[in-house]
Amino acid sequence: MNPVNYLYLAALLFTIGGAGVMIRRNAIIVFMCVELMLNACNLAFVTFARLHGNLDGQIFAFFTMVVAAAEVVVGLAIIVTFFRSRHSASVDDASLMKL
Amino acid sequence: MDHLIGALVGAPLLGAGILLTGGRRLDRTGHWIGCLLSAASFVIGALLFADMLGKSGSARTMTSHLFSWVPVAGFQANVSFQLDQLSMTFVLLITGVGTLIHIYSVGYMEQDENRRRFFGYLNLFLAAMLLLVLADNYLLLYMGWEGVGLASYLLIGFWQHKPSAATAAKKAFIVNRVGDMGLSIAIMVMFATFGSFSFGPVFSHATSASQAKLTVIGLLLLLGACGKSAQVPLQSWLGDAMEGPTPVSALIHAATMVTAGVYLITRSSAIFNAAPAAQLAVTVVGAVTLLFGAIVGCAKDDIKKALAGSTMSQIGYMILAAGLGPIGYVFAIMHLITHGFFKAGLFLGAGSVMHGMNDEVDMRKFGGLRKFMPVTYVTFGLAYLAIIGFPGLSGYWSKDKIIEAAFAKGGTDGWILGGVALLGAGITAFYMTRVMLMTFFGEKRWVPDADGHEPHPHEAPRTMTIPMIILAFGSVFAGGLFSLNSSFLHWLEPVTGHTEGHSPVSTVLIQAATLVVLALGLGLAWVQYGRQAVPAVAPRGSLLTRAARRDLLQDDFNHVALVKPGEYLTRGLVYLDHSVVDGVVNGTAASVGGLSGRMRRLQNGYVRSYAVSMLGGTAVLVAATLLMRGV
Repeated sequence: MNPVNYLYLAALLFTIGGAGVMIRRNAIIVFMCVELMLNACNLAFVTFARLHGNLDGQIFAFFTMVVAAAEVVVGLAIIVTFFRSRHSASVDDASLMKL
Repeated sequence: MDHLIGALVGAPLLGAGILLTGGRRLDRTGHWIGCLLSAASFVIGALLFADMLGKSGSARTMTSHLFSWVPVAGFQANVSFQLDQLSMTFVLLITGVGTLIHIYSVGYMEQDENRRRFFGYLNLFLAAMLLLVLADNYLLLYMGWEGVGLASYLLIGFWQHKPSAATAAKKAFIVNRVGDMGLSIAIMVMFATFGSFSFGPVFSHATSASQAKLTVIGLLLLLGACGKSAQVPLQSWLGDAMEGPTPVSALIHAATMVTAGVYLITRSSAIFNAAPAAQLAVTVVGAVTLLFGAIVGCAKDDIKKALAGSTMSQIGYMILAAGLGPIGYVFAIMHLITHGFFKAGLFLGAGSVMHGMNDEVDMRKFGGLRKFMPVTYVTFGLAYLAIIGFPGLSGYWSKDKIIEAAFAKGGTDGWILGGVALLGAGITAFYMTRVMLMTFFGEKRWVPDADGHEPHPHEAPRTMTIPMIILAFGSVFAGGLFSLNSSFLHWLEPVTGHTEGHSPVSTVLIQAATLVVLALGLGLAWVQYGRQAVPAVAPRGSLLTRAARRDLLQDDFNHVALVKPGEYLTRGLVYLDHSVVDGVVNGTAASVGGLSGRMRRLQNGYVRSYAVSMLGGTAVLVAATLLMRGV
């Protein structure tokens, strides 16, 4: 199978993620879309590694996963705290710096 | 002996320091401290005078270097004093007459709760004036000059609760500033030309400078002298300065302040001698002021203002004489000294009259006072005879010499100046006789004051009469003493130089003419104010009288020629400031503010809009990178 198709898939996933971040209001969904974009990038990295025949892209994909895992921990904690104070997970409710 | 010179200035300065910082606890003794330190200065002056008399003519100049004031490379300003015959003459006049006025003020200001402060200012005045005449360079002289201006401001406005006094003080200060500006620019030009402003280097190099520069320096010095000495065109402050307590008027008119201009011109004789154009301007200013003051003096009903007009006129004589060059300097100073005696006597007499008349100054409400105030009458009368130049008294000797010197200038100038001086002598006789007749002779025309108190004229206390008696002696004998063997001339000649003038008409003829105009003025005043009763309300008078009552429209002239254009200029500048300068500033601020208001909308706090802008930014960057690559 032509590896370029993976790139198309990666682009599609990235676009879906990007659109989700921009148009959805639920913080959890937005967060999932961010993850989707990161994974689209990972897919692209791996594909390019395969195309170029070296391991740089694969190594980079691991880095991304580690950072994403850390980000999930912090991000989910923020969302949970936010939900406790506002009883809502809508990102539009977080339009002010103060409570 | 030399180091005593600093003490001359130091004593009154110390007095001013003690009295102005001592506070209320000195209220009961303060006036005597003031008198004591002023007298101390006089005693030091007398000691130095005795010392000076013991030396020969050329060795009489003493110098005393205190410290370097501004020691900068290429610019050396020292606080150092120079005491020569000219300074000595002034020192004795300032401290002598000044001390008498101090003693007089003890009685005159008895009821004033701020008497201590008054004496502090008087001492400051003396210190500043002494600094002015003792300085050995123009910068230090300028410091004294400014000090005199400050002290006069404080004293004229001493009763500052009266708006008129506060205004008069400001007027005196501002008019003086114009003159001060002239002097300061003169000093700058001097420094640029000679590289120094010490008397020695400036005077020794005076002849080497170009004629134009000398004329400029001379005219600027004249402007300075006009301000301090109340000469046309800067004369307007003098009449209003009468708002101050009467001893202040005496001090300003006799011993300090107005004499500074004459001193400046005489001291700068080396410059004026080398600049005939500036000299001519000096004589013209003197001659114009001489007539101006005399005419104003004729019309005033306020006794102090009539005397103020007379001062202006007499200082005009001195300036005229100083402008005549070496034939006149000595006589200018001689008239200054004799004038110091009789004008101080006249003012102190006027103060004594006011003291007895509930502070009334309108001569139309005096009359017949000679029976009630015999001492004041006699001393004022002697000073009066001296000022009109009655033969044998002080004024006769000095004024007559000035008239002769004016004729001796030669040519058409000489005739005009001499004629003016002669005419001035006649008018002097007229207005002084008028003051004398309206105050001491005729029927009594007293009226109760605003509070309904009937005046009870009485003789002033001893502290006031004794200075008046001493000054009366000076008024009678000083001129004769100075003229004895031309002693004053020989005394001052080494400093100012002197050449004998050669008058186109014989001296005897001039003296006779002076006596004739004197008699005419006296007779005219007698006809008008002695033979017929003085009306209690001033008659309307001729056009000239009405103009003279308003100081020959000096304030109106200043208002139209200076204040109005100044106002328009200010208004124009304010408009320019509001529309152009503020317009640019406000416009910039408004446009930045408006732009920010619009930019602010981007920061709405919604995560999704930030995400869009991030995406947009990334898209732009990627597009730009691709495009660059493509190119």
